[in-house]
Amino acid sequence: MRDYFHHLADCLTAGLHGGEAYTAVLSSEDSDFVRFNHNEIRQAGHVTQHELAVDLICGRRHAGGSVSISGDAETDPARLATLVAELRDRYGTLPEDPYLLYSTAVHSTERRGENRLPDGKAAVAEIQQVGRGRDLVGIYAAGGVHRGFANSLGQRNWFSTYSFNFDWSFYHAADKAVKTAYAGFDWDSRAFARKVSWAGEQLDALRQPAQTIRPGRYRVYLSPVALHDLVNLLSSEAFGLKAHRTKRTPLLQMIEGGVRLHPALSLLENTRDGVAPNFQEAGFLRPDQVPLIAAGRYADCLVSPRSAQEYGVSTNGASAQETPESMEVAAGPLPADEALRRLDTGVYVSNLWYLNYSDRNACRTTGMTRFATFWVQHGQVQGPLNVMRFDETLYRALGENLVALTAERELILDPDTYYGRSVRSGRVPGALIEDFTFTL
Amino acid sequence: MVDQVERRFAEVAPRADFCSLRYVRERSEQIHVRQDVVQPAVGAESCGAMITVRDDGRLGYAATSDLTAAGLRRAVQQALDWAHRPTGRQVVDYAKVPQAPPPRGEYRTPVKRPWSSLSLAQKVDLLRAECRRLKTDDRVVDWMASLWHNKVETLLLTTDGGRVHQMIHWLLPGMQVSANEGPETQTRTLGGHGYARQGGLEILDDVGFYQAAPQLAAQALELLSAPNCPTGVQDVLLAADQMILQIHESIGHPLELDRILGDERNYAGTSFVTPDMFGTYRYGSELLNITFDPTRPEQLASYAFDDEGQPARREYIIQAGILLRPLGSATSQSRAGLPGVANARASSWNRPPIDRMANLNLEPGTSSRAEMVAAIDRGVYMETNNSWSIDDSRNKFQFGCEYGRLIEHGKLGPVVKNPNYRGISATFWRSLKMVGSRDTVGVCGTPWCGKGEPNQLVRVGHASPACVFSNVEVFGGAA
Repeated sequence: MRDYFHHLADCLTAGLHGGEAYTAVLSSEDSDFVRFNHNEIRQAGHVTQHELAVDLICGRRHAGGSVSISGDAETDPARLATLVAELRDRYGTLPEDPYLLYSTAVHSTERRGENRLPDGKAAVAEIQQVGRGRDLVGIYAAGGVHRGFANSLGQRNWFSTYSFNFDWSFYHAADKAVKTAYAGFDWDSRAFARKVSWAGEQLDALRQPAQTIRPGRYRVYLSPVALHDLVNLLSSEAFGLKAHRTKRTPLLQMIEGGVRLHPALSLLENTRDGVAPNFQEAGFLRPDQVPLIAAGRYADCLVSPRSAQEYGVSTNGASAQETPESMEVAAGPLPADEALRRLDTGVYVSNLWYLNYSDRNACRTTGMTRFATFWVQHGQVQGPLNVMRFDETLYRALGENLVALTAERELILDPDTYYGRSVRSGRVPGALIEDFTFTL
Repeated sequence: MVDQVERRFAEVAPRADFCSLRYVRERSEQIHVRQDVVQPAVGAESCGAMITVRDDGRLGYAATSDLTAAGLRRAVQQALDWAHRPTGRQVVDYAKVPQAPPPRGEYRTPVKRPWSSLSLAQKVDLLRAECRRLKTDDRVVDWMASLWHNKVETLLLTTDGGRVHQMIHWLLPGMQVSANEGPETQTRTLGGHGYARQGGLEILDDVGFYQAAPQLAAQALELLSAPNCPTGVQDVLLAADQMILQIHESIGHPLELDRILGDERNYAGTSFVTPDMFGTYRYGSELLNITFDPTRPEQLASYAFDDEGQPARREYIIQAGILLRPLGSATSQSRAGLPGVANARASSWNRPPIDRMANLNLEPGTSSRAEMVAAIDRGVYMETNNSWSIDDSRNKFQFGCEYGRLIEHGKLGPVVKNPNYRGISATFWRSLKMVGSRDTVGVCGTPWCGKGEPNQLVRVGHASPACVFSNVEVFGGAA
């Protein structure tokens, strides 16, 4: 696919008129999707999709567009020529864009993943084998994901990865279930068996009588996945320069009022250790790391080229959305295997669900507990907790009420498949928090 | 392209019990003006096909953006492979699903003012004018106006002679203004970005696009100095642009039959509704009448056939408060032994159809807005959703709005910020006390309803009047 993309880029270059430039981004995947319910296959299939997005530029005027491409060298160049003609018409109509910025320093890079994926049939068979006698529900997604960048200056960047993500739950009854994921690049049956074994143990704990608590404030332990859910809510607008300058960031009190989170809390956009490409759609390369919150204080913003131009600062290679793609939360001192003991009496939360803001200015969030969430007394699991709604400001939960972060962190590969398979990831510890507010 | 695809399908269709090809070509154009600067105008065309094969009671699919004969042939082989793989049992034995007659038909969105009737420059000028009207004060820190138009062509072909061709045009007008003072930022939007409808540029008049800017800006500024919504158990009057969310989350999703059957338990969730409830369960007060209606031409999710070729019809889902039927496609109906609707829908060519909402509407009642306000002694009027959260069984919910006003002794009172309320679906609708008349109805829609594995975003429509609910737990922002 890389060579084909470069061929299309050459076609684009050859078709330019005087004074024109372009940037182009390829998004491509070739994926198996197998969906399970009650350990039986609900839907199984394969998706091959390639899309090419082009921004055609002439001076400060430009117009962007994308088309699906077939991968067929007979038909795609004509399709691209039609697109370019449309874009040429459009940019001629549009006013100059004062915030247009694209990379003019040529930095070609390449990161080519190796396809070591298992045969889909074998993976499905192994999944159904471990699900035998259990109520297994979830999805196995696997295949190649490719991203390419090219521009008329000759820059070429390529990223490809071949990964699988089996995201599944074992259900006990009704809404009582344990959810986990096995994701990576090499299918290791022993590692998968360990995941299954852990999930089985959690499933046994779910068989105890369900507990109900009254609304109020409780000490909680958030698993790495649950803490990832919480910080992921911040991803959409908390860290972008545009949200910062337009005062829409939910962390506004940190910027305007000097509010500080717990000194143990540091968040990083860590492209170096993530699984996303290190280039973005205007051709800028991303630095290895961008500190977002350092020791509880607001640090840097993610700055897209457009925001850089608008606000007169340098870009740090953020995407147009200015959202983290490889979010990392620094580890703490708490050994994970001591989490229950240190929780003592409270709620052990494996997963959160459906988070949103209830007061954005106060960074107050609401959401639900989900899956294996337990009531714990004196360090002992008493049984699964019926789902509870929380409503809590992160200034408290990740500020004065943060007791400790775990020393161990979990790498979470995003199972999101809207439009295409995600290459976002997070590396996050668990968190012990006191006085966490449950409301319903 | 449609003719070519049709010819090629005839060439590549396999020998199997059944095969279909679903072709989708979606052309979209988005124009944004932010702070009077035209943002990068983006046009997109997504085009591809899904091949679905059923053989010996098993199903496999393959989707491809390669519509050449070779590409489609490859997809057919991949779909056959998945159908024939000797892996474990499939949830559905398609040999037992009753086969409907081959679908044949056409559908086209009625459009009064085509998108193309204005040039790109004219649309930009239109947006610039409205955007400018949002910047009314130095405290307005961000402001934008936008148009997002889509033209979606689908062709469903089946090996038993079915052919359905549908052409949908839809438009989402957007407007957003944020005002700030110190640590306080308040944002107002045009209907919570929920005024997507089928049709053309006439939608701008229908949703009041040209009148909205001054009021949205004034309200954003007003909210900056407004007190928080009070805490307590009170009546609420919900405007149509909040009702759509209430209907969507706490009626629509829990009634999706695939959720009830467990397909979504690993992702979107399950449902507090069980199959035995249909026909007898009191979902809401006698004022509650909910219809599934993909036949209203102005609504966002209208069509003549769903993505598996079932003909679309209006059906009562809840009538006089009693739950009648789930939102289940033909396949789910067969699995559950329940009636359903034509709602097998896919987000595009690259995702398989699953049970979805289409247009799910709350039928109007008889109360005028003035009568509803007058009937409330102590309560809160809430408008335009901005926060939504509900548990995985679609029961415990909490929703927030952009704008609120106190209602005291039957009169609208001061503005309050951060109006939120929470409740439980299973009992909330029984507190439905008044249903607004036709003149309070808002025809809304959103293209961002997420569900499914692999994930899918589909467009859904909701038309609803304003409604009054009694004894609701309301609250405001952090003290």
